[in-house]
Amino acid sequence: MIQILVGFGPMMLKALGQTLLLALLGLFFACIIGLIFGLMNVVKNKACNIIATIFVDVIRGVPMIVLAYFIFFGIPYLWNNMLGIGGMTLTALTAGTICLALNCGAYMAEIIRAGIQSVDKGQMEAARSLGLSYGVAMRKVVLPQAIRTMIPSIINQFIITLKDTSILSVIGFPELVNTTKNVVGITFKSFQAWALAGLMYLVVIIALSRLAKMLERRLNRGRE
Amino acid sequence: MAENKELRIHVEHLKKSFGTLEVLKDISTDIHEGEVVVVLGPSGSGKSTFLRCLNRLEDITAGTVIVNGNDITDKHTDINKARENVGMVFQHFNLFNNMDVLGNMMLAPVELKKASKEQAKEKAVELLTRVGMQDKLHAYPAQLSGGQKQRVAIARALAMNPKIMLFDEPTSALDPEMVGEVLAVMKQLASEGMTMVVVTHEIGFAREVANRVIFMENGYIVEEGTPSEVIDNPKEARTIDFLSKVL
Repeated sequence: MIQILVGFGPMMLKALGQTLLLALLGLFFACIIGLIFGLMNVVKNKACNIIATIFVDVIRGVPMIVLAYFIFFGIPYLWNNMLGIGGMTLTALTAGTICLALNCGAYMAEIIRAGIQSVDKGQMEAARSLGLSYGVAMRKVVLPQAIRTMIPSIINQFIITLKDTSILSVIGFPELVNTTKNVVGITFKSFQAWALAGLMYLVVIIALSRLAKMLERRLNRGRE
Repeated sequence: MAENKELRIHVEHLKKSFGTLEVLKDISTDIHEGEVVVVLGPSGSGKSTFLRCLNRLEDITAGTVIVNGNDITDKHTDINKARENVGMVFQHFNLFNNMDVLGNMMLAPVELKKASKEQAKEKAVELLTRVGMQDKLHAYPAQLSGGQKQRVAIARALAMNPKIMLFDEPTSALDPEMVGEVLAVMKQLASEGMTMVVVTHEIGFAREVANRVIFMENGYIVEEGTPSEVIDNPKEARTIDFLSKVL
């Protein structure tokens, strides 16, 4: 254990950093995607509703590992070989970010849709009856109330996404799982290396969920 | 006498269906400046739907509704603009739960550039004083009683300087001891000449304050006239039947 820690600790810490980078990028774009498709699901427009539903169904219906292979290998193949346009290369980071953002985005869209729908219809009606537009009513009245109920689910989704970065080891991104595999390949010390990797995930996730709990409590302070 | 005053609401052959269910079958009426019209009727008669059609909170299936000169059944009418002049008070108050009383009062006037923040605040305090809520400027809706919420809701609607006020069963969700304070605010508003359309079960309020009572049943206006005509001397069998149950 000591040997792994001293010999490969810095390398694995760096990999953890890559994991966090990937997770943050993925989550950032996931929030945008989730907000767009979540709103498209609740607006009074059939076309928007259908597009949002299809997006969510497709992404949720495909395992993330398939999505990762499809984006990393399939899309450049389509572009370069099948369409013959050529010149497209995706880095593992780009493909991984897209993959995480789409996957997490679909779940975020569902969380946001449910959150918005949990706000009493009368809130929107009262805002509209004063002459406010749908957009202003949504932004100033409905969304701030929806976010409160969404926070626990969003935190949960963030943690899932952080763990899902491990799946992206399959496209060769040097995150923690991929790096640990290499360490095991060199040292054959499976138990120690995987225990250390697990511990690193555990520490980060526990720290994050504590932070999230604090944030949640602060947001709910002063409200009955 | 009312006919000489400006026409505020003109409703002609209004129909409203939810899917295959026809809730309003053929409604026509005119409401003039300063009139207080109380709409009575059994539940399911369409009275709330009628009221909600007057600011197009419900999409109108057929017919014409002209409010303050704006044809709100016309797709080209800016409905947000039209709604600025029509205040609405709801059965369940619908105060914005994420804002304190002042925030509720100031949101629409400031967002719609009717007033600067300072002007909106000044006006809010003035209106809240009128409804006796000046001590609760920074209270959140969850901290108020039902009667207090409804008085704030009325003040919030008034903050936009509406020409018409719509009340959708404003006292139905209140504990009995709080009904009086809300009705008092409404009476005061009526005495100041506000044009009001009130859906309510408060027959006493109708008798005392209304210029005109409309009795609805099953999607039609069955009978309309002064309170003494409709409430004290109803002609239609269905009106008599309804009043015998509620009086």
